[in-house]
Amino acid sequence: MQSKSTPPPLWREEFSVFKNDERYVSRRQLTKFLTLTSMAMFAGNVWILIRAKLQGKAAATPVLPVARLGEIPVGGVKLFQYPQAGEQCILVRTGDDAYVAYSQKCTHLSCSVFYSQESLDLVCPCHEGHFSIRDGSVLQGPPTRPLPAVTLERRGDQLIAIGMTNTGAD
Amino acid sequence: MRASQFSKQSRGLTAIDGAMALIVILLMVQIWLLSATLDAYLSGHREVALPGALVSGVLFAACASLYLFVHRLESNAKNDEPE
Repeated sequence: MQSKSTPPPLWREEFSVFKNDERYVSRRQLTKFLTLTSMAMFAGNVWILIRAKLQGKAAATPVLPVARLGEIPVGGVKLFQYPQAGEQCILVRTGDDAYVAYSQKCTHLSCSVFYSQESLDLVCPCHEGHFSIRDGSVLQGPPTRPLPAVTLERRGDQLIAIGMTNTGAD
Repeated sequence: MRASQFSKQSRGLTAIDGAMALIVILLMVQIWLLSATLDAYLSGHREVALPGALVSGVLFAACASLYLFVHRLESNAKNDEPE
């Protein structure tokens, strides 16, 4: 026969949570978790802000030779990085003596655009965005802003990138 | 005596549940805000970063206040409980 004053089972000693406190603990823990998640969201926004500020400071545009005249055929393209390494741009020879260059980053969700010789425009393959080869404006698709254009200058037989327009900062 | 204590405890729990529901709503708004700000930033709209961070900070402050409220409420309820 068992006595009435049996000691608590081992599991209760190992997990010494009292039932009255349990509901408070679980609620408090969940609230703490939610608040920490909120802090993580805030940290994400601050990170975006810092990135935006740093990009704004580093917006100085260098002078960079991108190609020699006649280096690419009419309808041909050349990729280069401007104004910084990692900022991919596309140079297109649209005529015997006509060159244009744009940022290759689609203004919708940053996919890389390419030059379509069929439609004679710049196409983003992700969401079928089309940009005019004349001025980078949006022809169709989800993008709402034109492609940033690289300002080109001819010096001798060199094409020089000297700046950018439609960057969103101007 | 016990009935009034139970009622007080029950009210405390209801307040905690309400605060938690409010935190969940604020958190959902904050998640949406982060994704919208990131979307805008990646598409070149850098000007949205500052208001996004400010609003997110306000929402976080609200969540932290509610957490402190829950914490205080819980401490009070515990103190009121009989030994």
